[in-house]
Amino acid sequence: MITLGDYLLVSGILFSIGFAGVMLRRNLIVILMSLELMLNAANLSLVAFSRFRLDPSGLPNYNAQVFVFFIITVAAAEIAVGLAILVALFRARQTTDVKDISSLKF
Amino acid sequence: MSPFLFWTFALLTLIFGAAVVVNRNPVASALSLVVSFLGLAALFMSLDAFFVGIIQVLVYAGAVMVLFLFIIMLLNLQAEERRRINWLAAAGGTGVAVALLVQICFVIGHFQAAQQTFPPLASSTTDDVRNIGTALFSNYNLPFQIVGVLVLVATIGVVLLSKREPR
Repeated sequence: MITLGDYLLVSGILFSIGFAGVMLRRNLIVILMSLELMLNAANLSLVAFSRFRLDPSGLPNYNAQVFVFFIITVAAAEIAVGLAILVALFRARQTTDVKDISSLKF
Repeated sequence: MSPFLFWTFALLTLIFGAAVVVNRNPVASALSLVVSFLGLAALFMSLDAFFVGIIQVLVYAGAVMVLFLFIIMLLNLQAEERRRINWLAAAGGTGVAVALLVQICFVIGHFQAAQQTFPPLASSTTDDVRNIGTALFSNYNLPFQIVGVLVLVATIGVVLLSKREPR
């Protein structure tokens, strides 16, 4: 049978993959995608706990799923703003590589 | 959900999640991310969270990925040229990520509830769209309104950021 730990393990591995992407990659777009992976890993463990701790009425705990809904909304807004900043940066510098954007002011 | 289906979708999510990080071409990364999100949506549905699974497909695999692909095409990004990899930095980054993974596994291994299976639901139909909607508009009404303002602010910010300045 599938236990809660299996879902938490998948969530942990996915978070680590996203974290490794943020640490290793230099392309800003891929770094944003890795951020999405980490947010989704958190969502997976929230939903797993929501199914694990049932309400007294025997339904899943919907507080966690409302939380996931908020995370998805905020993540979509964050990605839109991040990509707009990326486009503005590309217009100014013609690069999306973090190695080329190491100065604070230009 | 049967263990076979669970491990199939879990492996699909993890393998394509790793492909996002490994691929050199940003378009290939974005398409791997779509498959990873679809596997994750299947995992959500295996936990009886059908609304969250549908939202995952619509918002992430649909809207957000279209945005990513649109930006990649707009900036006309090519695959990264092969630079000489700084092995020390790469090993450091991988080491930190592996250390995090080991800690997570350690915590899960010592977590009593992690060895338990999921309890059965009271009824086979969960009706979760209505239940989430009720929670959203009763207990979580104020955060819901605030998120609405946040999305509005983000929209205005994106328009302002991507507007060309007149010379």
